[in-house]
Amino acid sequence: MVDVQFRFRDDEAVNDPAITVSGFTEQSNATAVRIEPGDDARELLPALDRLALVEVAFPSWTDGRGYSSARILREAGYTGELRATGDLVIDMLHHLRRCGFDAFAPEKPLNPKDAEVAFTRWENVYQATAVDGRQPIWAKRHGA
Amino acid sequence: MYKYDEYDQQMVDTRVEEFRDQVRRRLAGDLTEDQFKPLRLQNGLYLQLHAYMLRVAVPYGTLNSEQMTVLGDIADKYDRGYGHFTTRTNIQYNWIKLEDTPDALADLAKVEMHAIQTSGNCIRNISSDQYAGASADEVVDPRPYAELLRQWSSFHPEFLVLPRKFKIAVIASETDRAAMRLHDIGIQLVKDAQGQVGAVFYVGGGMGRTPFIAKKIREFVPIDQMITYAEACVRVYNRYGRRDNKYKARIKILVHELGLEAYSKEVDEEFAHLLTQPIEPPLAELERIQAMFADPAFETGLSDEIELSDPDFRLWVERNSFAHKAPGYAIANVSLKPIGGIPGDATSDQIRLMARLAKDYSFDELRVTHAQNIVFPHVKKSDLFALWQELVKADLATPNLDTVGDIIACPGLDYCALANARSIPVAQKISERFGSARRQAEIGELKLKISGCINACGHHHAGHIGILGVDKKGKENYQLLLGGSEGADTSLAKITGPGFDEDGVVDATEKAIEVYLANKQGDERFLDTYRRIGMAPFKEAIYG
Repeated sequence: MVDVQFRFRDDEAVNDPAITVSGFTEQSNATAVRIEPGDDARELLPALDRLALVEVAFPSWTDGRGYSSARILREAGYTGELRATGDLVIDMLHHLRRCGFDAFAPEKPLNPKDAEVAFTRWENVYQATAVDGRQPIWAKRHGA
Repeated sequence: MYKYDEYDQQMVDTRVEEFRDQVRRRLAGDLTEDQFKPLRLQNGLYLQLHAYMLRVAVPYGTLNSEQMTVLGDIADKYDRGYGHFTTRTNIQYNWIKLEDTPDALADLAKVEMHAIQTSGNCIRNISSDQYAGASADEVVDPRPYAELLRQWSSFHPEFLVLPRKFKIAVIASETDRAAMRLHDIGIQLVKDAQGQVGAVFYVGGGMGRTPFIAKKIREFVPIDQMITYAEACVRVYNRYGRRDNKYKARIKILVHELGLEAYSKEVDEEFAHLLTQPIEPPLAELERIQAMFADPAFETGLSDEIELSDPDFRLWVERNSFAHKAPGYAIANVSLKPIGGIPGDATSDQIRLMARLAKDYSFDELRVTHAQNIVFPHVKKSDLFALWQELVKADLATPNLDTVGDIIACPGLDYCALANARSIPVAQKISERFGSARRQAEIGELKLKISGCINACGHHHAGHIGILGVDKKGKENYQLLLGGSEGADTSLAKITGPGFDEDGVVDATEKAIEVYLANKQGDERFLDTYRRIGMAPFKEAIYG
């Protein structure tokens, strides 16, 4: 298992072994699941309250399905750890964070200084993702 | 015109910083070329045959004269003194140095411009009608809606690595001047019986190697749900769009393979869900943007008479101007297709001259068209002659709008790493062959479009006459297509038969035009005659 390099949660790290989505839907007692790019995150929605960890795999960072998976889980109210794993690059950290990821386990550790800059670079955002708690620019403009 | 506020400016400035940092990491070797490529592409930076190419966004094709001046200055400062206006209403520089790009982007940011998402597998520059805000036939000015979409799509965290690029066009009239139905999403703004504005959504159009005309997916999306509906469309595409084959990854293939009904059902479910999420900007934001697109202060009581005694001026007015909604005003087109020239290219001096003329004669505004021309949207009819005289001096007054000389062409093998054949020399030869004003007048409206490979950047599928360059056993070969259109009557061109060499395709084009002239009835355009008589007589003349 790859180490978590960045984590934005105060609770205990979850180290339960993550099982596949199809494994999870068949087996009721697992608390950690791993979403691969072809999996449909919506299959997990009926059982979100049982989950403490969802890992989303990025075999290649240019496959963006995991971004939607993360947002869908958060939109449905998932509050457990949402961990991005695999081929993570500095320049995607901010966007992953905005889609609801709060833990990052890159295959190859990232330069911590560059990562820190990437996480904090964007003071403002255009969209309301509804899952990152950030107020979009239009809301600031109109005092919403 | 839209003006940045502190937030917009900060977003663009931050992007310049971010990109500067990416270039630094690349030059320091922290990023490999493979890792850097998707990052630089999201900033419009390509690696072409001979050098880097930088594509700068012109959102919905609208520019002010200060911005246009800077586009000219960048051509001098960082390139070889010219730029190339593209079919996505952007501008490209062909000889950029990697280490200069952050500075070029910083120069652009000072005039509220950028290269964000002009390439890469993300939502690209939003395009629109080049006559927006000026023509009488629009329901509303589409640009505020395009700006709303620009902000939504800029750095959208979920949609930066889609299966493939994603292009959106917004129009607001029945006359489609933006090739709307050849976009991944096409939006037509309409009013319902109560006068409420809404959006008709089309999905799954596109050119490339497998062209499709977009299909209507929803008749009327209320305007305060437009962003949410677009988000639903793109989310479903991100989930199901193919990633196993980049040539089958566009949404047009998904909609085709899944079927419109199945895709639409998925979108409906996602839309219903997303409506429960607070993601739609309030109408106040649209209104804020709309206020910036208010009409300029048109003078009233102007005459509609134009003194046309100069025959060359008359020809230009008849060919290159278009009716304006305000009495006494006209829309004036600058053709970037001089006889024998490179379609869409302009020198830095020409760019700066057009900038000044916009200030003097067109309320400080210019537009870029998907046909690679420039528009002065609001010119007093009494100023047309003075404007024309200045354009003549700069070789910018070719009277050939929408004629056979007004060719759309991609950069082709002269620049592009993907091309199989050169486009520019073919365009130049055709332009010269039909160069005489009399010949062009005789032929009338004829949209000719040339692509140097099947990726179809030169829109050959949508040409009344299309030319496609291919590689045939190591030699450049050109196929001829007939019957395409990108307007309200969008259709895809059909191939005539075996291909030709460079001169052969010019001859075949001439034969096709002769068939048209011999069969033309009344006011028929080339396209009308083709649609009436079909392919056979053309084939016979070309191959018989």
